[in-house]
Amino acid sequence: MRRIQGHPARVALLVLAALATTLFAIGCGSSNNSSSNDNAQKSVGAGEGQLNLVAWPGYVADPWKSDFEKQTGCKVSVKEAGTSDQMVDLMRTGQYDGVSASGNASLRLVAGKDVAPVNTDLVPNYSTIFDDLKNQPYNTIDGTNYGIPHGRGANLLMWNTNDVKPAPTSWDVMFDPAKAAKYKGKISAYDDYIYIADAAVYLKAHQPDLGINNPYELDSKQFDAAVALLKQQKPNVGEYWSDAAAQIQAFSNGDDQVGTTWQYQYFALLADKQPVAASPASQGFLPSEGATGWSDTWMISSKAAHPNCMYKWMDFIVSPAANAEVAQSFGEAPAQSKSCDTATLTAAAKADGYPADPKFCDEYHAADPSFWKNVYYWITPVADCGDSRGSVCMDNNAWSAAWTQIKG
Amino acid sequence: MEAAGLSAGQQKRSVSRRLADLFYGRPRLQAGTLLAGPVGWLVIGYLGSLAVLLIAAFWSVDALSGETTRGFSLDNFNTIVTDPVYRTVALRTVGVAAATTITDALLAFPIAFYMAKLASPRMKTVLVIAVLMPLWSFYLVKVYAWRTMLSTGGIINWALNPLGLHGPGFGTTAVWLVESYLWLPFMILPIYAGLERIPGNLLSASEDLGAKPAATFRRVILPLVFPAVVAGSIFTFSLTLGDYITPSLVSPSTQFIGNIVFTSHTNNLPLASAYAVVPILIMVLYLFIARRLGAFEHL
Repeated sequence: MRRIQGHPARVALLVLAALATTLFAIGCGSSNNSSSNDNAQKSVGAGEGQLNLVAWPGYVADPWKSDFEKQTGCKVSVKEAGTSDQMVDLMRTGQYDGVSASGNASLRLVAGKDVAPVNTDLVPNYSTIFDDLKNQPYNTIDGTNYGIPHGRGANLLMWNTNDVKPAPTSWDVMFDPAKAAKYKGKISAYDDYIYIADAAVYLKAHQPDLGINNPYELDSKQFDAAVALLKQQKPNVGEYWSDAAAQIQAFSNGDDQVGTTWQYQYFALLADKQPVAASPASQGFLPSEGATGWSDTWMISSKAAHPNCMYKWMDFIVSPAANAEVAQSFGEAPAQSKSCDTATLTAAAKADGYPADPKFCDEYHAADPSFWKNVYYWITPVADCGDSRGSVCMDNNAWSAAWTQIKG
Repeated sequence: MEAAGLSAGQQKRSVSRRLADLFYGRPRLQAGTLLAGPVGWLVIGYLGSLAVLLIAAFWSVDALSGETTRGFSLDNFNTIVTDPVYRTVALRTVGVAAATTITDALLAFPIAFYMAKLASPRMKTVLVIAVLMPLWSFYLVKVYAWRTMLSTGGIINWALNPLGLHGPGFGTTAVWLVESYLWLPFMILPIYAGLERIPGNLLSASEDLGAKPAATFRRVILPLVFPAVVAGSIFTFSLTLGDYITPSLVSPSTQFIGNIVFTSHTNNLPLASAYAVVPILIMVLYLFIARRLGAFEHL
């Protein structure tokens, strides 16, 4: 069951899919001239045998990585990055074919012409991706599509159950001066200027008079309040992390007791039988204020040396089986609606080596657009506030400069 | 066959002969050709990259794409001078570099003195190997070992706990400890070499003239070996000043010059370049003083 090509019905399906892709590609090549994606690739040819990816830790791993290699003959080499800055930096070397970009990398990559438009007609699995992930400001610019949605999730509040009692239900355990002081030097915060948005999410709930609506669209007053909150938090922070492995180590040996994290680290610590907990599924994994989060997009480099393999990857990673595998392994909501079929979820859990969880998509709110209103996907801050305030918001440079000051 | 071989040989000889003629009696050309490779490497590879760095310091960054835009602006230098965080971090870095240097000098002197003046030749060899031993292992392994030792559940806290004490934890103190450990061999070796150069009979003469050991140390040994200490300090100071791996591992919430340069090079290369000028200026000043103190004769 685990190996897709072992099953005759699957093989037949794959052959059909490949045929359909080819026909589709041929069809598009001649008729698609009116599309706004004029610069995008027109067809997918034979694989180049190699694929170099930049990805978040846990996105390109087995079993789906080797399945892809066997299916396409494209050997995958992956460079994991801990922050969006690192991803942008790596993509600008021109050495990689594609990247799993969050919203705070994708806009910069498009603006820097580091990524090329994506012809979604060449990605058959795109059609069944959840609609609320398509044509979003972080993957589509002026009607041109720049990538394939991968999955989404919220940043977690995680704590050591021996040290942090009672179980926190709010980010105040990290931001409220009196409460955070209890864990002085044991608080773990994400080391990237996008973390300023976490403070803004907290202020949005706790200081409504600031009038924060979107934590990435902060005018100077709101921004200063968020920066001040983070400066106040700084003495209580034990470690600013950008390396997932370092945070796992810090939680295992007691250096950190409470912090913001990803499911990846949380699952790794649980697998290691560490006494950690995170906001429960019944709460939607969210503390009361909501949380920052991500909605990631696979993008193709404008200098891709292996574009055919990259297109094959973009289709593969959102295929029902692979998307279910990566979603359950990483702990995020899949982008592919068909990944939520009970049989697909069960097979994927088995391939990952997890117990079957047929309710996975419900727990992670994969098909529940209303849930995601409390999750603020990372996006590049720009001067245009996007509302009546005009262009008075703090841009990426201001956020980055403030982060240096906060860390001191 | 034979004729052809001969003519080729003759031709070869005539080429080398011509080259030899060219160089004969032209010492400048000889030296120039000899040095062209290394000097070219130095100029293009080292000074060239420095120049690019300095030019980039005047560029700016596009707010949306994060790409550098070429042009001329003093904004980056303005930021570094006016924003207090850059001054704080620079002073912290220089402070730790100075503390590391002093610590290493104090630790290295007795060891080097024993090696140079008291140990038997056999013991001397053993000690030189012992001092060099830490340099055999990989830098990152040593820093990660310290990270584990300094962590909350680490061996330092474990050992201090019965005494009711805590280790320094992560932070500036931890950086000072680890840097002092890392660069100690670079201080011991120049001091050892400096002490070796002092003839034993100078010490005997001082003693014969009635100087007490303390006076001999202060008035004979120290002045003679001081340039060697300064030479060693160039290593400990500059290596600490530029390090960013140790601070990022054992001081994850406090920044040093290297950390700011490292994190801002991805999203603001011009600012990183401008800030990188700070350690360059500090080192230029340091080397100038070191030269005054005669350190370059002991490198």
